Amino acid sequence: MIREVSCSLISKAIEEMCIEANLSLTDDVREKIVLAADTETGVIAKKILGQLVENMEIAKNEAIPICQDTGMAVVFMEIGQDVHLDGSLTDAVNEGVRNGYEHGYLRKSVVEDPLIRVNTKDNTPAILHVSLVPGDKIKITVAPKGFGSENMSRVYMLKPADGEEGVKNAILDAVKQAGPNACPPMTVGVGIGGDFEMCAILAKKALTRDISKRSEKPHIARIEEEMLEKLNKTGIGPGGFGGDTTVLGVNIETYPTHIAGLPVAVNICCHVNRHVTRVL
Amino acid sequence: MAEFHIGLPLKESDIEAVHAGDYVYLTGTVYSARDAAHKRMTEALEKGEKLPFDINGSVIYYLGPSPARPGQVIGSAGPTTSSRMDKYTPALLDLGLKGMIGKGRRSEEVKDAIKRDKAVYFAAVGGAGALLSKCIIKSEVIAYEDLGTEAVRKMEVKELPVIVVTDCHGNSVY
Ligand code: SF4
Repeated sequence: MIREVSCSLISKAIEEMCIEANLSLTDDVREKIVLAADTETGVIAKKILGQLVENMEIAKNEAIPICQDTGMAVVFMEIGQDVHLDGSLTDAVNEGVRNGYEHGYLRKSVVEDPLIRVNTKDNTPAILHVSLVPGDKIKITVAPKGFGSENMSRVYMLKPADGEEGVKNAILDAVKQAGPNACPPMTVGVGIGGDFEMCAILAKKALTRDISKRSEKPHIARIEEEMLEKLNKTGIGPGGFGGDTTVLGVNIETYPTHIAGLPVAVNICCHVNRHVTRVL
Repeated sequence: MAEFHIGLPLKESDIEAVHAGDYVYLTGTVYSARDAAHKRMTEALEKGEKLPFDINGSVIYYLGPSPARPGQVIGSAGPTTSSRMDKYTPALLDLGLKGMIGKGRRSEEVKDAIKRDKAVYFAAVGGAGALLSKCIIKSEVIAYEDLGTEAVRKMEVKELPVIVVTDCHGNSVY
């Protein structure tokens, strides 16, 4: 059975999700920040975390975006093979982003040409990742991504012999290089395997996972936990002013890879790790 | 960590009094400018044209706010990464720029110029734009309106919380 879905339904959902993502963080991230504000031992660090908690409250209560960089709209869609759309999917997504950024008083941060750099003034186009899946549902995740932290992300094409140590060093290196520039405390999304572009997409996807849950693969869950501890010992701290809270979460996603390679992407995100998911 | 409440424009004695790691609340006039505005200001200087505001003694906030809702002074208004302005900054410091508010590391050239020209680099908390917007009590676009969020704004801030990253004595937190 083919299910007919109207593109306007998709646009409307994306519009609302862009706004929602920019005004309130998911519970897992919020709880981590609140907990850190309580347990942090650094003096400036504790003050900053307290400000972040207050900031989240103001954002939610007064509909002021959590951060002024309301991001480039990254949209993941899993579309059931039995869905038929009545128009262009790309147009529908961009229409949703356009309306969300306009009606939600969100910042328009996209330039048309990367070298000529004229603002498109409506935050389009979105960055759209679509996959076809069995079924007749549409799962949409909207993840507006700020570029202070995006700029500090890295891809490492490691050798198989580099192994687990190499992966851990890559994550540590990326976080250290990001330091104060990526608005710590950070959330770290890691993609291991696939190829050059696949590991980067996995890393971004990893950021949309609940940071309080570990990978289902035991050896990956162990690395996530180890890195969380190690990164919080770097002493970078909130805002880069020192402290125990450098990262809120480390999420790792994997994919099979080639016998000759070990690609690792580290997508750095700040504490404003925004994502909203809906199923239509 | 010492705490200061400082009025703007910055006085030489204030600049000398603060040290890397100190907590400061700023009150007075600051100008917003980020990537595109810095590029334009630098081009204006190269052509011998005037800057949109008197840079001598001024403080620049590296900021591109989100749009204000009706009734609001400004939208979300936190700092952007300062290092992207490094290329343009030493020349502005040599012209008398006294303070910068942003986030993250600066180049050695900028740090040297901060010392040479007796200025100070502050960080505001990145990702606290809703909170920081409450400290901005007036905002007016004064130049480059076509740049949208990247336009130059003249803003009045009240008790804006910042931390000294690089002081005029050659010290830096990071
Ligand atoms: S890195 Fe994150 S918190 Fe910092 S300015 Fe960008 S979006 Fe905001």
